[in-house]
Amino acid sequence: MISIWFFIGIALAVNGALILAAGIYQLINPPAVPTVVLFHLHANVWWGALLLICGLAYCVRFAPSRQV
Amino acid sequence: MTPFLATFVPTQLVRLSSVDIAIVVFYFALVLSIGWYLKGRANTGEDFFMAGREMTAWVAGLSFLSANLGALELMGWAGSAYQYGILATHWYWIGAIPAMLFLALVMMPFYYISKTHSVPGYLKLRFGEPSRALSAVSFAFMTVLMSGVNMFAMAKVMQIVLGWDINFSIWVSSLTVAIYVTMGGLRSAIFNEVLQFFLIWAGALLIPILGLYEAGGWMNLKLQIAQRASAQYVHLWSGLGSFTTNPMGIHWTGIVFGLGAIISMGYWTTDFLVVQRILAAKDIRSAEMAPIIGAGFKMMVPFIVILPGLLGLAVLPEKLVPESVATVTGGHSYNDVLPLMLARYCGPGLLGLGVTALIAGFMSGMAGNVSAFTTVWTYDIYRPLINSKASDHHYVNMGRWTTVIGVLVSVGTAYLVMQFASIMDYVQALFSFFIAPLFGTVVLGMLWKRASGPGGFWGLLCGTLCSIGMWTWVKVDPSALRYVALSSHAKGLAQDMYQALWSFLVCVVVTVGVSLATNPMPDSELTGLVYGLTEVPHVGEVPLYEKPLFWAGVVTVVFIVLNIIFW
Repeated sequence: MISIWFFIGIALAVNGALILAAGIYQLINPPAVPTVVLFHLHANVWWGALLLICGLAYCVRFAPSRQV
Repeated sequence: MTPFLATFVPTQLVRLSSVDIAIVVFYFALVLSIGWYLKGRANTGEDFFMAGREMTAWVAGLSFLSANLGALELMGWAGSAYQYGILATHWYWIGAIPAMLFLALVMMPFYYISKTHSVPGYLKLRFGEPSRALSAVSFAFMTVLMSGVNMFAMAKVMQIVLGWDINFSIWVSSLTVAIYVTMGGLRSAIFNEVLQFFLIWAGALLIPILGLYEAGGWMNLKLQIAQRASAQYVHLWSGLGSFTTNPMGIHWTGIVFGLGAIISMGYWTTDFLVVQRILAAKDIRSAEMAPIIGAGFKMMVPFIVILPGLLGLAVLPEKLVPESVATVTGGHSYNDVLPLMLARYCGPGLLGLGVTALIAGFMSGMAGNVSAFTTVWTYDIYRPLINSKASDHHYVNMGRWTTVIGVLVSVGTAYLVMQFASIMDYVQALFSFFIAPLFGTVVLGMLWKRASGPGGFWGLLCGTLCSIGMWTWVKVDPSALRYVALSSHAKGLAQDMYQALWSFLVCVVVTVGVSLATNPMPDSELTGLVYGLTEVPHVGEVPLYEKPLFWAGVVTVVFIVLNIIFW
């Protein structure tokens, strides 16, 4: 049976990739008026990257091919 | 405009970008995929209702916590933190941790070795059929009401944040839960709850991090709260010496004895919604470790729930008001604080994840209620009272149908809940009705072998009626609060604490009295159910760091230190 942790890895990786992509897009094309407070911190870039890394680590560690 | 299109009228707090919508859609697709994947593994009663009893300590522990991390946790308590300050944290610390450890070390061995399917099932073994029937019916009633509360809260968030029509949100979420629980049973609910646990943290954790950055750290946050509200909003215990010196209008005896000793014990040790997750553990060590793991994470939940409420007090430009006022004035209520903070900090992508975290929290709570309701209905009402000779396959089908029916009843309840001004007070009242007396009955049953069948039944019934009676009394005559809560300054939540305390005491007194007046049960019928007549199973020879007692000690130390820090 596929491990629950593999599903969690998929969820974190996909969400992280989407958030990171959105963050990078905003970094390259910043809006004229920031839509959120603390926009200059670009939280979606580093938070998205963190989720992506964690998700990929879970996917590799709990991949169905590695299950006994 | 057609009614369907009217559900997307752009009156929302924020506008989701395409990447946000993709994240929300991906979440729904993933939970449905998990349900679909697991549908072939829910063919027997043991699989459908107990997840095959093969969950590890981590899966059971995170699911145990996640089932409780529903609408109330995320939105309700953030709103309560805005309204009452850090006092709301008591519901996470003294109102949870001691009870979780008590469940792990004292009560879990009995639940586990009795191999019961449910808490009412334990009452059947210990006190007989009448106690089970009373408990099962009251639990089923409470569960669908709770599920309705969850649905309403979620739909409200969707309305505020996304501008979706409240009816549309209720039906989308409830049908999704119905589909994945119907397909995969408890295993599907547990898997999704663990997934939701991670998404909730991933989506909600940024709010306190960015909020503390904006506020200038914890010390500056305290100063700002003192200026905008009161210095008492950031103290856990120092204002509880009197009903009038804290925002909640409660005395420390209500917190310690009403919440810590009764309500939380009742909820975390006898509410089948959460206990069911532990019963699915694969062995006794996992069953004992699971609540301890849950307790460790429970202590951290205020960081993503209470802190955003406190941050809202400091940084939000507008003043939030009670739900009843917001309805009239069109402003934002206390319960809106978390979505408002989300909109404040989260840009494209993060907003989608934050919204997903809220939806995940609501759906995990709803799925927990529905799966628990399904088990209690099938095993404790339908099988013993209606059809006791059917096949296992028949009961599994009954479970699937009950899931659908339970969701539909919950939807009806959600519309009922809309009539109540305060979500939290309503649910606390429900806890007081059923949970406190049930805890009295179960704990006496486990610890006192002289407790008899009639004693258990009449104690449970009288405790429940006492609780309902007090609640009705205060509803009819609000001045009665000074008798129930021992002070005319007491407020709603304080009333619930004392109501629970009195109903527990009535349950215990009646159980003891009736038991002493009736014949004792023979020891042979109590083996495996009561302390003193049961050989309590041990986890075996394992290293110190694998022993539940060791980790319970670690959690206890952290719990004490946190209370001292925020005294």
